[in-house]
Amino acid sequence: MTTTDLKLYQIGTFAAGNRLLDPDERSVQADPGRANAITSGHRACQGCGEALGARFVLDAAIRAAEGNIVTANATGCLEVFSTPYPESAWQLAWVHSLFGNVAAVASGIAAALKAQGREHIRVVAQAGDGGTVDIGLGCLSGMFERNDDVLFVCYDNQGYMNTGVQRSGATPPAARTATTKPVGVEPGNVFGQGKDLPRIAMAHEIPYVATATVADLRDLERKVEKAMSVHGARYLHVLVPCPLGWASASKDTIRLARLATQSGLFPVFEAEHGVVTATTPIRQRVPVEDYLTLQGRFAHLFGEPGRPDVVARIQAGADRNIVRYGLAAENEVVPHG
Amino acid sequence: MAEPQLPFAITLGPGSSRSDLTGSWRTERATYVTRQAPCGNACPAGEAVRDWLYDAEEGDAGYERAWRRIVETNPFPAVMGRVCYHPCETSCNRGQLDESVGINSVERFLGDRAIELGWSLPAVAAPTGRRVLVVGAGPAGLSAAYHLVRLGHDVTVREAESRPGGMMRWGIPRYRLPRSVLDAEVQRILDLGVRLELGVRVDDLAGTMAAEHFDAVLVAIGAQVGRRAYIPAGSAAHVLDAVTVLHGIEAGERPLLGRRVAVYGGGNTAIDAARTARRLGAADALVVYRRTRERMPAHESEVQEAEEEGVRFRWLSTIGEVEESSIVVEQMELDETGFPQPTGRTEVLAADSVVLALGQESDLSLLTGIEQVDLARGVVHTSPTMMTGQPGIFAAGDVTPGDRSVTVAIGHGRVAAERIDVWLAGLAPAPEPPRELAAFDMLNTWYYEDAPRAHRPRLELVRRQSTFEEVVEGLDVDNALYEARRCMSCGTCLSCDNCVAVCPDNAVVSLGMPGSYAIDLDYCKGCGICVAECPCGAIEMVPEEI
Amino acid sequence: MLRQVEGSRAVADVVARCRPQVVAAYPISPQTHIVEALSDLVRTGELAPCEYLMVESEFGALSACIGASAAGSRTYTATASQGLLFMAEALPNASGLGLPVVMTVANRAIGAPINIWNDHSDAMSQRDAGWIQMFAESNQEAVDLHVQAFVLAERLSLPVMVCMDGFVLTHAVEEIDVPEQDVVDALLPPFVPRQVLDPAAPVTIGAMVGPEAFTEVKYLAAEQQLRALDEIPVVAQEFERATGRRSGGLVGTYRMDDAVTAVVAMGSVLGSVKDVVDQLRDEGVRIGAVTVTCFRPWPLDEVRSALAHVERVIVLNRAFSVGSGTMLGQDVRLTLSASEAPVYDVVAGLGGRAVTRASVQALLAAVLGGKVDPDRLHFLDLDEALLGRDSTPSLLKES
Repeated sequence: MTTTDLKLYQIGTFAAGNRLLDPDERSVQADPGRANAITSGHRACQGCGEALGARFVLDAAIRAAEGNIVTANATGCLEVFSTPYPESAWQLAWVHSLFGNVAAVASGIAAALKAQGREHIRVVAQAGDGGTVDIGLGCLSGMFERNDDVLFVCYDNQGYMNTGVQRSGATPPAARTATTKPVGVEPGNVFGQGKDLPRIAMAHEIPYVATATVADLRDLERKVEKAMSVHGARYLHVLVPCPLGWASASKDTIRLARLATQSGLFPVFEAEHGVVTATTPIRQRVPVEDYLTLQGRFAHLFGEPGRPDVVARIQAGADRNIVRYGLAAENEVVPHG
Repeated sequence: MAEPQLPFAITLGPGSSRSDLTGSWRTERATYVTRQAPCGNACPAGEAVRDWLYDAEEGDAGYERAWRRIVETNPFPAVMGRVCYHPCETSCNRGQLDESVGINSVERFLGDRAIELGWSLPAVAAPTGRRVLVVGAGPAGLSAAYHLVRLGHDVTVREAESRPGGMMRWGIPRYRLPRSVLDAEVQRILDLGVRLELGVRVDDLAGTMAAEHFDAVLVAIGAQVGRRAYIPAGSAAHVLDAVTVLHGIEAGERPLLGRRVAVYGGGNTAIDAARTARRLGAADALVVYRRTRERMPAHESEVQEAEEEGVRFRWLSTIGEVEESSIVVEQMELDETGFPQPTGRTEVLAADSVVLALGQESDLSLLTGIEQVDLARGVVHTSPTMMTGQPGIFAAGDVTPGDRSVTVAIGHGRVAAERIDVWLAGLAPAPEPPRELAAFDMLNTWYYEDAPRAHRPRLELVRRQSTFEEVVEGLDVDNALYEARRCMSCGTCLSCDNCVAVCPDNAVVSLGMPGSYAIDLDYCKGCGICVAECPCGAIEMVPEEI
Repeated sequence: MLRQVEGSRAVADVVARCRPQVVAAYPISPQTHIVEALSDLVRTGELAPCEYLMVESEFGALSACIGASAAGSRTYTATASQGLLFMAEALPNASGLGLPVVMTVANRAIGAPINIWNDHSDAMSQRDAGWIQMFAESNQEAVDLHVQAFVLAERLSLPVMVCMDGFVLTHAVEEIDVPEQDVVDALLPPFVPRQVLDPAAPVTIGAMVGPEAFTEVKYLAAEQQLRALDEIPVVAQEFERATGRRSGGLVGTYRMDDAVTAVVAMGSVLGSVKDVVDQLRDEGVRIGAVTVTCFRPWPLDEVRSALAHVERVIVLNRAFSVGSGTMLGQDVRLTLSASEAPVYDVVAGLGGRAVTRASVQALLAAVLGGKVDPDRLHFLDLDEALLGRDSTPSLLKES
C-alpha cells in the first residue's frame, strides 16, 4: 500500500490508528502491544504533554531498535514525576544523573556500548528545554560536535516548570512566568531571538535534526524512526504543552501544540547535515491569537486595554517562520515583509 | 539483613509505578458515548446511515453488510438512492467542513450492487398466525408489508392498479427511476411471501375486514387525485393535470401537450411534468409558480437539472386565464409575511397546453362509514402510533398529514408495521430513548483529511432532452468507497485508536476488537484530552461524585 | 621492570594495563601528560577496546564516565584543580549511584589567584563527595595505587580518586616499575557491575528519593564507603604478594617505633619529611613520620594507633579550611581528642611553594624548642616582608 492510497482513509490520515489499515501500517501508539516505555502511575499533572511526548518518542524508538534502547534522562519534571522512590514508571533501561549533563552521560553510554561491541543497543537522551537549551547546552554541543551515536530529545515546554514555572531560554516572548511577571513596561518575557536549538543543532551539521509536536503523532513517530535509522548525533525537538506552566486547560494540550504549528509559531521541519530537507506545511492557518488566548500566561495581552502591539509582534514572528521555512499551505499567498 | 540486590532506593524495578493509583486525583471521568448522527436523525425512513456507511467503508464484504443494515429499515435502497431528496446530506456535519457526504449516491451504489449480485432479503420470523391487510402497494404499503412479513405476520397487499409501486411507478418518471430497479426491489419483497393482489380495489374497508377476518389493516392508498383549481378557460383550452399526464405516460400513452407547455405549480411533480414535456418534444416548457425560487417546494437539484434541460421558470406569477394557444399570467409580489399578493400587472404568454401540478388528494371513500376515523381536511389522522381512531386500522404515507415523499412513506410503512406488531401482541409501544445529537462542535475535524465530494456523472444534455434514459449515473466502486470514507462517523466510535494514543497516563486500553476500548479508572486522571481529541465526539467527561 | 620515565607517562601506562573501556577527559595542567599519553595509546590500538572521549569540559568528562560506568564499562578520567571543581556536581552523583569510576587528580591549587602549581586544595575541597581518596607519596606509589584503585572501586562499587602532586610527581622523570599486563590482569578481573543499563533486564538508575528514605540511602552509602577501610589493606596485601612491593594501604609509618614526636603529612612532601626525620634521629631525637595514604574514608583507628604514644604531633597540609585549620589537622585533632598530645597545625606548600628540608627542620626545631603555640594555625615560610608586616597573627580565632 502506498501513501497515496492512504489519502483515501480519511480517519487514518491524522489519527493514531485506523481499522481499515493493516496493523503494521498503524502508528506505534495504536499497537496494543506497544512498549509503554513510561507506564501508568506516574505523577505528572493532568494533561501533561511531556509524559505523552516521552511515551510517543520512546515507544517509537523501541520499535525501531527492536527493544534495544537505553535512556538517559536529565533532571526535570519528567525525571521527578516518573521515579519517586519506591516507584518507577519506566519500563526500559533508564538512568538519571544530573540536570546539565545528560548529553555527556549518553555519550558515555554510547562509548561504553561501542567498546563492549554492543552497538546494536541505541542510546536516547532526553531533557526538558532547560536541560537542553540552558544548563545542558555545553554537554549537548560537545555531543553534537563529536557526532556521538546518541538521539537527543528535547521536550520543550518553554520554561522551568518543575521548579515552579520560571523563565528558560526557550520561553517565548511576552509569556508570563514566575520570573517574568506581567508587570512593568514590557510585560512578560523579553523579546529576543531566544535559543533556537534546532538551528543551533543544524549549525553543528549533525546527520539529523527534526522538530515535532505531540499534536502530530504520525509525523513524530516517523521522525523517531528516521532518527533511529541513522547513526551519529541526532536531535529531535518536541513541543510539549504544559497545562501548569501555560495556565491552559488540561484537555487542550494537543490542541495547543496543533495551534502552535498552525499559527506558524512552531515550525515543523527536518534537516540533514545542516540543511533543511522537509517542512510540514500548515493545513489550517490560524492567527496567533487563537493559540495565545487559550493560555493564561498570555492573558495580560488581551482584555482591556490589552497589548495589541505585542500580539502583532508575536504574529510577525510567526509570519517570519512561515516565510523562512516555507510553511504556507499550497494555495495560500503569504504576504512577505 | 541480607544485602539488597540493587543499590537501595536509587535503583528501582521497571514499571513499579503501577502500584500508585493516580486515578484518585480525578474529578471528572472520561466515558464512551454513542450520539445520534445528524444523518440518521434526519432520515425520514429511519435508516442508521452512519452505521451502514461504516460498513461500506471497508469495501468488498463491507458492501453487503452495509446493504443488509439498510434493509433492516428500508427495503428499497436502489430506489431510495435515486429518488430520495436526502435530508441526511442536508444535515450532514461534513457539509460544514467541505461538502456533505454523498450518502444518497452510496446508497444507490449499494442498492444497485445488491440487484446485480442478487442479494436476498433476510429470512422471516416464525408465523404468528395474525393476518394483516395492507391497502395500497406504494412505498408505504410495500415497506409495511416487508416489515410485517419479516415479523411473521400473514400479509396481503391489495392494489387497485395493475402494477405495484404506487407513486414510484405512476408519479416518478423513468429518467429518474428506471422500472427495472423498481421491479427488482418490489419482487424481492414479494419473494419473502407477501401476497400481492393487483387490480383489486378496496371500496369498503369495514366490510372487507369483517368478511375476511383481518386482525389489522394499514391504509396506504396514497394521494393520486390531482388537485384542481378554478381557472377561467376557453372552450378550446387544453388543461390537464400532472398526475394524469405522468400516469398516462407510464401506462404507455403519449399525451398531446403541444410545442409550448405551461406547467402550473412549484412542487417536484411540476418539475417532473415539465421535464417530461421536454422529452415528449415540447420546444418550450415553462414552469409558472406564484412564489420565488427560494420558496419553491421542489428540490433544488431537480430544478437545476430541469434548467439544464431547457425548462424555463417564471417566478412570482399566477395563471389567470387559459386560451387555446395562450395563457394570461399575473405578476405577484411577496408581502411582509412572505405571501404572494396580486399586483394587477398581467401578461399574455404563448402556451398550447397547461399542466396543473397543484398538489394531490386522496380518495378516502373506502373509509366511509367508519366514524371513528378522523378524515378532516381530506387526510387520515392517526395518533403517534399511526393507528386511527378505529382500533386495528392504521394509516401511513401520503394519505396521512405531513410531508409527502417516497422516503417519508417508506419510513411510515416501517413504523406502522412495528406499531401493528406491538398492537397485535397487546403491548404498549415502548418509547424510544432520546439520544443526544452529535453536533458539529462535538467533533474534532482536524483528524479528517480534506476530501472533496465525488459527484455523480450525469447523462449528457442532448440525450436527456429527448429520452427517458436515467439522467444520473451511479458511482463506480472507487468513488463509492471514497465517498463512504468521507463519513466522519459523528457521535459513534470509528475505531481510530486516538484515545488510546493521546492519554498521558496510558489509561485508555484497547480491548482487542476494533472500536472496543475501556478507560482504566485506576489511572485516568480526568484530563479530558481523549474527549478533546476524539475525532467523532464519542467520548464525554462526566463529573465524579466526590 | 624499572625504567626511567615521567610520572604521567607511567600512570598512563598502568591505567592502560587496567584495560579501561572508556576514557573521557578534558585537558588541564598538570594532568595533561597523562591524558595525552592515553590518547596515544588508544589511537595506536595499544589500549583496545577503548573509547577515548574528548569532551568539552571536566563536567562532561565525569558525566560521560558516569554514563559509561552505568552501562557496565570500566571507566577512567583525570583532572586537577579547577577541573575537579567543575566536576563538583557530578562527584557525589558518581558515588551516590555507586559507580566505580577511577580518576587521577594531579593536585593543584585553586584560584583566584590562578595558579597551576601543586597543593591539595582541589582534592581537599571534595573530601565529602563520597569518593575514596588515596594520596601517592611517590610516582611508584601513584602507579601502584591506580591498579589498587580499580580493584577497590569495583569490589565496593564506589569511585576512587588517586591523588598525586601536580608537577612534583606528574612531571618528574624517575625510575618506575609499571606492573606487567599479566600481573595487572591477575589482580583486576573483568568488571562486573552491581547494576547496569541493559535492555534485557531494565532498571531505573538514579531515582528520586524523598525524606522518607534519603537518610537511609545516605547511611547505607556511608557504610559502604567505610568498608574501604577493611578492603584497602587487603588489596595492598594482594598487590604486595603479586609484585613484591608495599604500596598503598591506609596509613604509613616511618621510624615511629619509639617516637614521641610525629609529623603527619600526605603526598610527596613525605620525602623531605623523612629526610629530616632521619637527620633528627641521627641527632637522637625520637621522631617519626606518619603518611596518610587514604584520606577518605578517614582511617581513624589506624591514625590513632600510629600516634598512640606520641607527645606531640606536627601536621603538614597543603590546604586549609578558613577558621578551622587544615583539613588534615582537623582530622588528626579529632583522632587524638582523648589524648594530651598537642597538635601543631601547619599549612605548608600552597600553590607550588616548595617545602624544603630546611623549612621542615626549622619548623621542628621551633616546635621542639617550645617556641610554637599549638593553638595557632601556622603558615610555613610565611614571608612577612612580602606582606609588609612585622608579625602575623594566628588565623585561628581564639576563644
